[in-house]
Amino acid sequence: MAWTWFHRLGSPPWIYGFSGRLLRFLLPLTLMLLVVGSVWGLAFTPPDFRQGNSYRIIYIHVPVSVVSLAGYYVMAIAGAVSLIWRMKVADIAMRVAAPIGAGLTFLALVTGSIWGKPTWGTWWVWDARITSMVVLLFLYLGVYALYEAYDNKALASKACAILALVGTVNIPIIYKSVDWWYSLHQPASIKFTGGTTIDPSMLYPLLLMIVAVYALYVCLILLGLRAALLESESKTKWVQQEVMEQ
Amino acid sequence: MSNVLAKVLSRQVLLAFRRPAAVLNPLVFVGVVVLMMPLGLGPERDVLGEFSPGLMWITALLASLLSVETLFRGDYDDGTLEQLVTSGHSLYFASMGYLLSHWCVAGIPLILCSGLFASMLSMPTEGIAPLMASLFAGTLVLSAFGTLGASITVALRRGGMLLSLLLLPLEVPVLILGAGVVDRAIGGMPIADLLSVMMGLAMLALALAPIAIAASIRISLEV
Repeated sequence: MAWTWFHRLGSPPWIYGFSGRLLRFLLPLTLMLLVVGSVWGLAFTPPDFRQGNSYRIIYIHVPVSVVSLAGYYVMAIAGAVSLIWRMKVADIAMRVAAPIGAGLTFLALVTGSIWGKPTWGTWWVWDARITSMVVLLFLYLGVYALYEAYDNKALASKACAILALVGTVNIPIIYKSVDWWYSLHQPASIKFTGGTTIDPSMLYPLLLMIVAVYALYVCLILLGLRAALLESESKTKWVQQEVMEQ
Repeated sequence: MSNVLAKVLSRQVLLAFRRPAAVLNPLVFVGVVVLMMPLGLGPERDVLGEFSPGLMWITALLASLLSVETLFRGDYDDGTLEQLVTSGHSLYFASMGYLLSHWCVAGIPLILCSGLFASMLSMPTEGIAPLMASLFAGTLVLSAFGTLGASITVALRRGGMLLSLLLLPLEVPVLILGAGVVDRAIGGMPIADLLSVMMGLAMLALALAPIAIAASIRISLEV
């Protein structure tokens, strides 16, 4: 009995209907969070005493970085679920997660680079965290490219799931080794604000933005999932009914 | 059923040595890349020597990438892989056999010749033995990832570019640790700890990669 919810997750029509109902209030909520969070962060927080106004990009940069990291695990867990339980919905969720994750990682790199110009005086530094993010971007792109290379999409999902799982095992090793690599070649000129604390007046909008971007991530995954479900199930009766009703 | 491991390994190695190009091509590739380094960076011994650990390791990464692409090609095309799967033997140990065969054919010759190439890049002599030691562990990891990549792309006709996108990000730790070992040795620092980390990664890869390789072979055969 306790497992019925789990079996329902594997049913495309149920997921389609459920995600539709969920999005009906999640989408406006996300929009509201994003607007409130960014207006609060960009306009109503005090300027930083050292960085002035340029620090405000953290209200975009930090949330997308956090979510892009979490996104890889979402993708890998979806891949594991699809390999273990042969769940079609998990397959689709995994392949939808790859381009969204890659996009967020790219956004994190771009915003970081824009932030770097006024603070460090350069667009690009081979810092440990930046380098790890570049590796993460390529891990995402690898999964996406592998998926695109297969003609048989059911097999593509399985192959991507294996690759994502191998990546998951490897990610901690990559992070540790990149950290160690950076400690070897420590450049003297750039100092990171690692030890400084953040004032609550700046922290609360940041936390709100992190929640907002998480919500946005869920919305994007669900929207992608719904589109992909319609496409892959286009021959079934429920999709035809769904389309007729629209 | 580790019998199948020995059979796959000896067959692959025999096949490779019957066609010496399979063994020589990666070495010639490394030689040509080593020739490009002074042409691109300039012939100054100090410059080359300083960059030689990284250059040698990047070259090793690329050589393993290129040599692994055809690992399953023949066996996939003529149905050997299918027979292997239906034979009932453990696909885990067969995958380990493929992995080790790539290491024997592409890894060991590179380790043996790396001293020569490193001296051509004017690497200080105290770096050469550590380079060989780090290559010993590192090429095993490269073969593990490479065999996985080859098994996942064997059914795709245009696997080459894709393979580099799949494998190089995963191989970042090997590059960092391998070049780090040699850098440290040249700087006169102890390397035993780093080498044991690399050896640990090699053992981990040897034990875990065949699980993923076996699963990928099954997927590739369904295409």
